Amino acid sequence: MIMLTLLWTDIMVWILIFALIAWGWVISRSPQVKKQWHTIFKSSIAMASATVLLFYLFFTLLDSVHLRLAKTSPGQNTEQQYSEMLSLLDIIFSHNIKNTERTYSAPFATHEYVKSIVIDENGLTTQKHLPLKYVSKDDDLLSKSIVALAVGFVLSLFLILIHLFWRKGRGAFVAMKKVLKGEADLPWRTAYLTLTFLVMTFTWLYILSYSYHVLGTDKVGGDVLYHSLKSIRTGVLIGILTTLIMLPVAVILGVSAGLFGGWVDDVIQYLYTTLSSIPGVLLIAAGVLVMQVTMDNNPTWFETTLERSDLRLLFLIVILGVTSWTGLARLLRAETLKISQIEFVTAAKAFGVGKWTIIRRHIIPNLMHIILISVVLDFSGLVLAEAVLSYVGVGVDPTMHSWGNMINQARLEMAREPMVWWSLFSAFIFMFILVLAANLFSDRIQKVLDPRNDT
Amino acid sequence: MFAYILKRILYAIPILIGVNLITFMLFFMVNTPDDMARAQLGAKQVTPQMIEAWKADKGYDKALFLNKEAKGLEKVTDTLFVQESMKLFSFDFGYSDANRNIGAEIKERMGPSLAIALPTFMIALITNISLALLLVLFRGSALDTSMMIVAVMIMSVSGLFYIIAGQVLFSKMWHWVPISGYEPGWGGIKFIILPILIGVFAGIGSGVRWYRSIFLEQINQDYVRTARAKGLSELKVLFVHVLRNGMLPILTGVVVVIPTLFMGSLIMESFFGIPGLGSYTIDAINSQDFAIVKAMVFLGSVLYIIGLILTDISYTLFDPRVKL
Amino acid sequence: MSPLLSVKDLSLRVGEESLLSSVNFEIHESEIFALVGESGSGKSLTSLAIMRLLPDAISVSSGDIRFKNRSLFALPESQMQKVRGRSIAMIFQEPMSALNPVMRVGEQVAEAIRVHLDIKKEEIKDKVISLFEEVALKEPEERYNWYPHQLSGGQKQRVMIAIALACEPDLLIADEPTTALDVTIQAQVLTLLKKIREKRKLSILFITHDMAIVGQMADRVAVMRNGEIVEQAACETFFTHPKHPYTQMLLRDAIFQKEKEEMSKASEPLLVVKNLKVYFPIKKGLFQRTVGYVKAVDGVTLSIGKGKTLALVGESGSGKSTIGQAILSLVDITEGRVIFEDQNLAHLAQRALKPYRQKIQVVFQDPFSALNPRMTIGNIILEGMVSLGIGPKEKTLQDSYIKEILLKVELEAEHMHRYPHEFSGGQRQRIGIARALAVKPELIICDEPTSALDVSVRSQVLHLLQKLQRESGVSYLFITHDLSIVPMIADEVAVMKEGKIVEQGLVEDVMGNPQHSYTQQLLEAAPKLPNLGLTPEDVYNTKE
Repeated sequence: MIMLTLLWTDIMVWILIFALIAWGWVISRSPQVKKQWHTIFKSSIAMASATVLLFYLFFTLLDSVHLRLAKTSPGQNTEQQYSEMLSLLDIIFSHNIKNTERTYSAPFATHEYVKSIVIDENGLTTQKHLPLKYVSKDDDLLSKSIVALAVGFVLSLFLILIHLFWRKGRGAFVAMKKVLKGEADLPWRTAYLTLTFLVMTFTWLYILSYSYHVLGTDKVGGDVLYHSLKSIRTGVLIGILTTLIMLPVAVILGVSAGLFGGWVDDVIQYLYTTLSSIPGVLLIAAGVLVMQVTMDNNPTWFETTLERSDLRLLFLIVILGVTSWTGLARLLRAETLKISQIEFVTAAKAFGVGKWTIIRRHIIPNLMHIILISVVLDFSGLVLAEAVLSYVGVGVDPTMHSWGNMINQARLEMAREPMVWWSLFSAFIFMFILVLAANLFSDRIQKVLDPRNDT
Repeated sequence: MFAYILKRILYAIPILIGVNLITFMLFFMVNTPDDMARAQLGAKQVTPQMIEAWKADKGYDKALFLNKEAKGLEKVTDTLFVQESMKLFSFDFGYSDANRNIGAEIKERMGPSLAIALPTFMIALITNISLALLLVLFRGSALDTSMMIVAVMIMSVSGLFYIIAGQVLFSKMWHWVPISGYEPGWGGIKFIILPILIGVFAGIGSGVRWYRSIFLEQINQDYVRTARAKGLSELKVLFVHVLRNGMLPILTGVVVVIPTLFMGSLIMESFFGIPGLGSYTIDAINSQDFAIVKAMVFLGSVLYIIGLILTDISYTLFDPRVKL
Repeated sequence: MSPLLSVKDLSLRVGEESLLSSVNFEIHESEIFALVGESGSGKSLTSLAIMRLLPDAISVSSGDIRFKNRSLFALPESQMQKVRGRSIAMIFQEPMSALNPVMRVGEQVAEAIRVHLDIKKEEIKDKVISLFEEVALKEPEERYNWYPHQLSGGQKQRVMIAIALACEPDLLIADEPTTALDVTIQAQVLTLLKKIREKRKLSILFITHDMAIVGQMADRVAVMRNGEIVEQAACETFFTHPKHPYTQMLLRDAIFQKEKEEMSKASEPLLVVKNLKVYFPIKKGLFQRTVGYVKAVDGVTLSIGKGKTLALVGESGSGKSTIGQAILSLVDITEGRVIFEDQNLAHLAQRALKPYRQKIQVVFQDPFSALNPRMTIGNIILEGMVSLGIGPKEKTLQDSYIKEILLKVELEAEHMHRYPHEFSGGQRQRIGIARALAVKPELIICDEPTSALDVSVRSQVLHLLQKLQRESGVSYLFITHDLSIVPMIADEVAVMKEGKIVEQGLVEDVMGNPQHSYTQQLLEAAPKLPNLGLTPEDVYNTKE
């Protein structure tokens, strides 16, 4: 028996996904906006970054479905026993969770990184590198790699074909030819190449992860590849859920300040000046400290450590959202002021159109580019901020998988000679690829949507 | 001018009261004096009497916002909120959990913070602006496009990476500078040079992009065409006209930061063992020392507001269109 | 004698698109050569090509420009910098943005001198001041230290001219130098340019869209259209015997003919404005106290008859647009009454105002900002209908209603699914008119509806407005700064200055026999077409 159990953040992720799909549907009905997105994706850099972002999103979603598996315990038929909560990603990587080593080992190593004192049969104590428990001894790395890459290639080919059929139906093969020649309306070739590269790399890592610790192990012997992949969810969640919380606040306050003026404007301006005058990290720190105390006082809110860390992540996201709306609100206020002076708004007023309709029909659509640009820009900022906050001690729960926690733990081992570099390296690489993709994508959005670039 | 500054200072007061209100709510309403007493006394068996005694000792035994027992105006003034706010307004930060005078510690630690933050700020400002001007001069060329790609890459890397990589390369492998530590005076240069360089480098990506976009916006203005039509060389156009007009948006972003340099950099100071306000804050957060965090929040807001006022004043100096 | 400047076979393109194709002309010494054409005809590009200041994206595909028998295109950039400002100087259309806002105006002139001439530091300032005197800037010594924002538009353009003249150039390129200025200021600047030409014997390449200015200024004229010169002639023959049909059309459109039946005398008033005052408070000091008022409209009384057109004429800042907004209840009225069908609209609540919003509509000046770029044309027109409950409620009927309106303003029915950016300025102005018409108004306030349009488009839009008036008997309040179109569209005219009406009455009386000195001054300053002999007054005088 399998029982689906969703964490709070899982629910929010899925709400967000459905909201995005709904938004996409709304967009697809406006030929103008559709055309803009088409222009955005005309750049191969945008296509490649979007593919990378989708790849990360895929892992986030995989890690956002939590299940409890039934324990088959003979003799006890009266009550179903459930195991701990596992996400789909955990299940895929269950071999890595089970195969925990004793301590550090380098990527693809067969032996532990540190020498241990061993007493052999003769009673002599020697120092030597112990072999790893869960690494296959018949290290035929090359043939396994070839097989893995082949599997990856076939898999990506399969995915590409599915996509082509979905888009073109019967004309898929003709479309394929066009794509290969680079004659398609969008740079699909780049997208497919990126996808193939990502899928092949990942299948290679995954298949080899059965015989090796491909990215090494950490202090307590945990698999670094598994840690890095689990951290994707934390990073992406902080990046997008924060904006989900921040966005309505910023839009409502920014637009009303700009449009209504008078005391509404004064109050909102006062609010954001006050909030932004407190140094960001300190405000977050203060919020997190208070949250910690509150959670310590209310141990009934959560049952397991997983739920506890999830709740903490949720609070952190809320705190980040509350502290980060000021910048966007200020921008939107200024832009709303500008738009409300333009003649098409005056025309609407001359027709007796109500204020809310003016906001919905004339102001929000003309603010969309600012909102979109700032959402994508904030995303990369937040992913980077997570690492810093974890370092300061006000980030996610220390038991949670996150790049910040990985860096933080590995940092303590810096003094070791030679260095334990792989944990740090993996965390930074995984972060760098995500942030770079987001930055490149936001650059493209800015270039296409910002009316100042119209010339 | 004087009246203007006075006006701005008067505007700042409600904002500071708001900041106090936020910190007060965070530290006293969510985390009540009773909780604080329990946490501080630490013992397993805490009697209500002990809590009351602790509160009386620390002066936390008053009502939060409204003292019903007092008369007249004192109903509002004789409360914990006003008492705590007045303490902060007179820059009396009280004592930390380790029973050290916070005000004195802040004074002591400002120096090291500035020793890192000020040079980082200055060098970054000059490098970023010069690089941006260089790119604008060669706009559209291969140099420009490739440098912009490099800039995106630089800003996509976590700041922690630069610090760790810098320490590993320059201190551990090449032994050019000590890995951490601090020493006042000229002898301390060997300690601060690496954090400064790393700070400058980490910000170069986003910095150059920002300045470049400001200058590019100016270069399409009509007055630049006029300057060219006068027969000025491209360099003169850039340095005399574009730079001077670009200063205005740059001022908005830059001046406000200057006072907050006193607060130091959290990460940098803690990695390099600099005894400044940044590492002070981090230690306070890790040991959950609310008194210090509160003091730093207040100090930070005061400095930010000073920054806002300085921005306005600098505008009147640089932009002839703004009159007081 | 060889020409000062000769443009030979000049072609420009951006990417694959051709912008100019083989433009040829010559400018001789101390000659004013006018390059005239509508927006997008390539006249400004030609001037920028001469200065070699074209945007990076535009490239020269063929041709040469020779100045004093030297090829400008062959010069290295460093040599070209010595030509710019020294031998060829240029003034631009927008005096507001063409000066560096954070630099003293004297310095901006001095800078040009410093680059090209070897003059002692102390003498530079004297030279700047004498230049200021030459361009008739008052109190030149004091003005030296002023910043551009402290000067008016006309004064800024004088500073621009001073910069251009600083190094005694042989050729002055003037790119629409008076388009952004009020009529009276325009007249002064034009006179100044002519005087300078007389005195310094320099040549001027004068770029403009205004035929009347051409007649007043030029020795020779070239007409541009779509990147080509279609006709080139000496000024007199140009106006008396235009050859090319396009030139003939331009001249015809410049004199807009009124197609009006015999004037029916006074009709009953539709809208009466009584003693209208609109003041905007000036706030200052610590507590934002109101220290005074800007009297935008200061006691205006006027009335518009049913099916009639009242033209409200004035220069920028005279308060004419504020009156329009006050009638539409878009600004707060300080005092006075706006009476429409026996109902005072001033201070009426939004709800009570709604029925009148249907009856009074507006068409704006800027066709680009008047339409929401994110809405289809159909939705733009539909918005007012739905809001005011006009027209059918059912979707298909609404669509056919909108199509009908679009046809009425001479657009096509399928335009309703398109977005504003797909249309030209004139088409957008038609959409604006359609939007107003859709709610069947009785009065339309036209706020400078043609000032952003080219001459030929302007006459089309004016014809359309007249046609609509004939068909539906709608009244217009026509707000404009352009005196030349008043006789052709209006029955009555009111002249505004500084928030007050200085003169009003029937168009024939006011234009033909102005009483107030300000009206006389305006009429005097308006440039007139030569030879054709048809100034605005003449249209009436000949008719009577």
